[in-house]
Amino acid sequence: MRKLKEFFIEKLILVCGLASIFFVGVIFFFLLKEGLALFKFIKPVAFLLDRNWYPISEPAQLGILPLILGSLLVTLGAAVISVPIGVACALYISEIAPGKLKEVLKAGIELLAAIPSVVLGFIGMITLVPWVKNIFYLPTGLTALTGSIMLAFMAMPTIVSVAEDALYSVPKSYKEGALAMGATHWQTIWRVMLPAASSGILAAVMLGIGRVIGETMAVMMITGNSAVIPKMIPFGFVQSVRTLTATIAAEMGEAVVGSEHYFALFAIGIVLFVISFAINVTADLFLHREKTRL
Amino acid sequence: MRNSARSQKIAFALLFLATLLIVIPVGFIVVIIVIKGLPAINWQFLSDIPRQGMRAGGIFPAIIGTLYLVIGAIVFALPIGLLAAIYLSEYSKENFLSRMIKLAIVNLAGVPSVVYGLFGLALFVVFFKFGASILSGSLTLGIMILPIIITTSREALESVPHSFREVSLSLGASKWQTIRYIVLPNAIPGILTGTILGLGRAAGETAPILFTVAAFYLPQLPKSIFDQAMALPYHLYVISTQVPNVDEKIRYGTALVLLTMVLFMNLVAIIIRYKFRKRKKW
Repeated sequence: MRKLKEFFIEKLILVCGLASIFFVGVIFFFLLKEGLALFKFIKPVAFLLDRNWYPISEPAQLGILPLILGSLLVTLGAAVISVPIGVACALYISEIAPGKLKEVLKAGIELLAAIPSVVLGFIGMITLVPWVKNIFYLPTGLTALTGSIMLAFMAMPTIVSVAEDALYSVPKSYKEGALAMGATHWQTIWRVMLPAASSGILAAVMLGIGRVIGETMAVMMITGNSAVIPKMIPFGFVQSVRTLTATIAAEMGEAVVGSEHYFALFAIGIVLFVISFAINVTADLFLHREKTRL
Repeated sequence: MRNSARSQKIAFALLFLATLLIVIPVGFIVVIIVIKGLPAINWQFLSDIPRQGMRAGGIFPAIIGTLYLVIGAIVFALPIGLLAAIYLSEYSKENFLSRMIKLAIVNLAGVPSVVYGLFGLALFVVFFKFGASILSGSLTLGIMILPIIITTSREALESVPHSFREVSLSLGASKWQTIRYIVLPNAIPGILTGTILGLGRAAGETAPILFTVAAFYLPQLPKSIFDQAMALPYHLYVISTQVPNVDEKIRYGTALVLLTMVLFMNLVAIIIRYKFRKRKKW
């Protein structure tokens, strides 16, 4: 009797163990099921490269190029801000900060990660948007730059914690060896620790960028949401843009189930899913490589 | 030598500066929400329905809606997540399958939240015909927090020393008995940490509930899991972008309630983990 019970429990455990694979599969399947229906109406190339996104005009124009460029622009800005600051902060926390401060800083970073994106969006609207408007003499502060700054804060916790883990897992003997040879603490960090942890830090950067591309609420609230092709850098930054994620969030409420517009939003979902999948798999490879090498 | 000492000083100062660049804005965000939100908080604000097109009254239905959603998500995600963690830490071997499972978990954690919303809409709302309901929203949030629960629970289970299991097995206990009576009790604090972190995440997310449950305005409380509900993060979004002329006090008050809820849960999780690490005897 007991054997039978344990047999079923262990089978249940196995099923739940496989649940994550199952859910990833189901998510992808349902995105495909709803999204691929779009390509009865337009060609995939036109969907990705057409310059106009007018989903409710007659006939609907469903080119997501402006949205892709909007996402790229905001992400690039956020990466430029968050990568150096995030990696520097990780170095400070793992190498320099004394014991107590280290714990406090780590808890602080965790709290930043926990702040809901809608709250960051709200704060961005009220503080950052007017600042950007006044500093650059713009008609509106709802710009790509505003989004980049706010998103940088959402990427930083990821970058800091993953990079800090990578630095922590560098064997102590590397550091001791360098110090014993007469290198200063900073030389050891710069020439030994950073290169040794480089693949983990690269993974940290990628995961941070992944977080930024997928971010929705804050971006929708502060980038202005105009679906036009952004101007060249740096002028594009002080202009309103619209991202892939914000488009889905803003328009799905009005799209009629089964319409071209509805399918197109799911097709954008496929694009986002594929991007995040690629980023996560690559980052995981980097993290794995680090583990096997050390 | 002097030169390298000076460059070390400059470098450390820069690293410290970078840390401040993160810490100060975070402090600023929290402080400004507390200072501006606190005057709005009173019993009426917490217990009344929104009135005058959400420009007055309280946020009670949104708080209750978020509680329902979070509870629903955890009821779904905790059993599955915990069993999955047990599988990974106690049963799986280092092979292709376990590698695939771990990769799937990483990917689930990385799927953009708005894509979860799309998925919930396609599967629960449209395909299963649950409609926009607490059930659809909870299931969507549940799948979203699954990776958090699996990862933290697995860490907790794996940190229980091997000798514990060996002693139990050598006394004639079966594998499941060992897990149930030896490994699980010792891993409870870690599992609790993961659960609370999952709760906090589910409470704060907006994008997954946009099309699966969230109601713009609903003066009465939901009666069953097939009803729509208001939710705190969506309510904050609505009153700060969709409804003009809402008193700033109400916006800040709503943000404060949401932030308090989420940060409180995270703080509890951090404290449990910290205490547990200190107390650990092995």
